Amino acid sequence: MAQYLLSIYQPDGEPPSPEFLEPIMKKVEAWQNEIQEAGIRVFSGGLHPPDTATVVRTDEGRTVTTDGPYIEGKEHLGGFDVIDVPDLDEALKWARGLSDATTLPIEVRPLAFGSCAG
Amino acid sequence: MTGPSTADIGRVFREEYGRAVAVLTRVLGDIDLAEDAVQDAFSTAVERWPGEGVPPSPAGWIITTARRRAIDRARREAARPVKHAEADLLHPVSGVAFDPEAVDSPGIPDDRLRLIFTCCHPALAPRSRVALTLRLLGGLTTAQIARVFLVPEATMAQRISRAKRKIRDARIPFRIPSPDEFPERLDAVRSVLYLVYTEGHTTSTGPELADTDLCAEAVRLARLLDGLVPGEPETTGLLALMLLGESRRPARTGRGGELVLLADQDRSRWDRALIDEGQALVRHTLRWNRPGPYQIQAAIAAVHAEAPAFEDTDWAQIVALYDLLMAADPTPVVALHRAVALAEVEGPAVALGIVDRLDLEPYHVFHAVRADLLARLGRITEACETYATATARTANTIERAHLLRRRDELRGSLR
Repeated sequence: MAQYLLSIYQPDGEPPSPEFLEPIMKKVEAWQNEIQEAGIRVFSGGLHPPDTATVVRTDEGRTVTTDGPYIEGKEHLGGFDVIDVPDLDEALKWARGLSDATTLPIEVRPLAFGSCAG
Repeated sequence: MTGPSTADIGRVFREEYGRAVAVLTRVLGDIDLAEDAVQDAFSTAVERWPGEGVPPSPAGWIITTARRRAIDRARREAARPVKHAEADLLHPVSGVAFDPEAVDSPGIPDDRLRLIFTCCHPALAPRSRVALTLRLLGGLTTAQIARVFLVPEATMAQRISRAKRKIRDARIPFRIPSPDEFPERLDAVRSVLYLVYTEGHTTSTGPELADTDLCAEAVRLARLLDGLVPGEPETTGLLALMLLGESRRPARTGRGGELVLLADQDRSRWDRALIDEGQALVRHTLRWNRPGPYQIQAAIAAVHAEAPAFEDTDWAQIVALYDLLMAADPTPVVALHRAVALAEVEGPAVALGIVDRLDLEPYHVFHAVRADLLARLGRITEACETYATATARTANTIERAHLLRRRDELRGSLR
């Protein structure tokens, strides 16, 4: 088995209307239930908007803290799932489902290693 | 009895390299190890076969020897601590018994098919798919592939090793896709083989018009795919298209190596055996009644092959086939080729009207077609300028010479 990070990329700016979001959220919830039932979920998370992010850098003991996300852009990571499946084809299959639910592009990236609390 | 020559061993290498790498990849679970082992085995063959003769089953011998070498190497390297982690990366398919005789057994999914699907996986960049396919299934060296793509060998080596690393780290599986993804994945394989063929047919650059080895490799792989996954009309269509293209090769260049266009080719130099096989395949695909772009292109080539002379060509039939192709694959390049056929039915003015609306500025064939149509309409000065534009957009020496010759002929006619 191998672990993959599925990253959901969202456009910045005002969130879409509740009428638009409601059916999407239902589909995402259904997808979340599926990975839970399939027993492949390692971790899932959704993020607050990128303007809530803070970047910290240290340089020879000096700390520089700046407001905003690290990478400039019109899209940012909005949420992610780590799944444990046999191979890339399997990971891509689940990513297709997530893209279909969110209507957003999903980046699939293999984990080189990882550990969990507990 | 005399032993095999280096050429004989070279032929076995070409025919069996892909199969050996495919079997060893399944057994060892790692492409690099499989390639090293197969190359070791061929080195041994070069030493031994001239004295001992070629074994009854060369493929079986290569695979058995390669497997033994791989095991020796793994043992040696596992003894060293640094290499231990590397050995852990191996994940051989468990429960698969190794039987060198099974390589020729019917009914067992061919390992080469798994390897084709791995090499042409959509998660790899298209350029890498072509390179990996030529390398792992065709047995071409990195230097040869680099020459095909006109990049430095180091660049190609990096591209191939990056693709192999992605296969390993992202775990691109070594397996035949599931039925629901099969159509899409098979399309990806066919487009790789088509790219290999078109690059061989008219090389992007260089002193030769065509790369005959590359064409032969594309035909060999298309034949293999058509045999491994039978009943796929588009694969058969692709094979037919390649064979019909190959049939014209002897007539595509003249005595001095210059390009000869379809209209001016000496059709007695066309290869009848290839035409017969290509046409039989086209007729075979018609029975399925599931047309697609490769089958339609093959049908167009078959109509050309039927005409004893250029003047005898059934242009109405060809335009009708291009209409079908436009419906299946509506690209500007298809529209351009359709216009060339339409010029023979409705005249150059109608064709030029269509061509002028196409957005194909960087494509040299677009300008060559325009130049020809302009010349036929008597717009000689514009035609000369357009031939010059076309020349500037191709790096194939033979094509450049041809375009410049056409321009000079036109200029001569002005005087």
